Amino acid sequence: MARAAVPGRLGDRLRWKTARLAERRPESPAARTLVFDVPGWPGHQAGQHVDVRLTAEDGYSTQRSYSLASAPDGERIELTVQRVTDGEVSPYLTDELAVGDLVELRGPVGGWFVWRPEQKEPVLLVAGGSGLVPLMAMIRHRRAAGSRTPFRLVYSVRTPADQLYAPELRRDDPGLDKTYLYTRSTPPQWPRPAGRLTPADLTRAGWPPDFEPTCYVCGPTGFVENAADLLVALGHAPDRIRTERFGPSGG
Amino acid sequence: MAVVSRGFRGRPGDTHHKLPPGQYETTDFPVLSAGPTPRVDRDAWEFTIRTETGARHSWDWAQFMALPSQTPTVDLHCVTKWSKFATEWQGVSLDVLLEDVETAAEFALVHSYGGYTTNLPLEDLLDGKAWIAYRYDGEELAPEHGGPARLLVPHLYLWKSAKWVRGIHLLLEDEPGFWESAGYHDYGDPWREQRYQGD
Repeated sequence: MARAAVPGRLGDRLRWKTARLAERRPESPAARTLVFDVPGWPGHQAGQHVDVRLTAEDGYSTQRSYSLASAPDGERIELTVQRVTDGEVSPYLTDELAVGDLVELRGPVGGWFVWRPEQKEPVLLVAGGSGLVPLMAMIRHRRAAGSRTPFRLVYSVRTPADQLYAPELRRDDPGLDKTYLYTRSTPPQWPRPAGRLTPADLTRAGWPPDFEPTCYVCGPTGFVENAADLLVALGHAPDRIRTERFGPSGG
Repeated sequence: MAVVSRGFRGRPGDTHHKLPPGQYETTDFPVLSAGPTPRVDRDAWEFTIRTETGARHSWDWAQFMALPSQTPTVDLHCVTKWSKFATEWQGVSLDVLLEDVETAAEFALVHSYGGYTTNLPLEDLLDGKAWIAYRYDGEELAPEHGGPARLLVPHLYLWKSAKWVRGIHLLLEDEPGFWESAGYHDYGDPWREQRYQGD
């Protein structure tokens, strides 16, 4: 396992900054993209996350971490938040926070689960559910940077309605191959029956191990454990597989 | 001065436990690691303490199981914000493992199967504060939680409790581990909220 790069400008990254909600977009019945303007945002790399702090009138405050969904774009950032039933924070962010309201942010955080446009090797993105979010930042950064690095995305969701960023992913993006897997119900006449990720899915839609791709896997724990084990079994070197897991306890 | 988020109330009464700043309570056991889960065969497992002079103290699985064990009940605090209270473990205290080790070291760099590393002051491994744990909640420790055995140092953020532990190097000078090289705090005290470098 290689050392991750040491990121710079620590003072900037660690200070809590005030972020103002500029826009909210529905992505699925349970997910919303929140667009924030963050004066003083130091910039980020695709795959990193932020800490979000909410403070109530009475001073009570709590924090959560969310992946950045957007490519670097000045002082504007996007988070995609999945509503967790009974969660303390996510229902507030997806349903109550209004345009113009404030939260506090700090980051970006994380120097390991990132993709940089200087990387030339092929990339495999394996997403389960809302685990697509940091991988979407990589897809968007690749496009914005004009990178010609070949990407393949394998995206597993429960049903077609749960798919995030569907219109954007439908558009042509040369050099990005997309494969959708459904675990509960498929679109009509879909050739692959509903079911969890299999070795055959990764053989068909991924890269041969001797192409030495970097593999990014993100999703719920069970999904990530399974996908990472399958990639190792197919012959991918463990140190080329980077994982990020979303616990069910995100709140 | 904190910025108030309009209409946010939160649920401060959710927990009966005292939480470190910025943490919330969970009752499940989330998994966090940077890569695939290594599968380590107990027959091939070995745990080694290496001192600054190169002296080595090693135990294979059978020798390790023969050491006196303890059953600590501890609270876990992960830098990703969740805390889990009253978790039950079985493992060997580092006091037992380090008892006969001659060293002038003040720092430890912990190594894992799969290549993960983490650093901490040696004194944080001593005096009943740290274990090499091999059972969780009455069961063999599952691979995704670090089995066959993991370090358990519950007074620091959980990334210091290296999963799939294979050895500890005792060092005269501090050397950063995997996350510590990637911007995370060198020490990681949850009660002082030492999440990142500079906290």
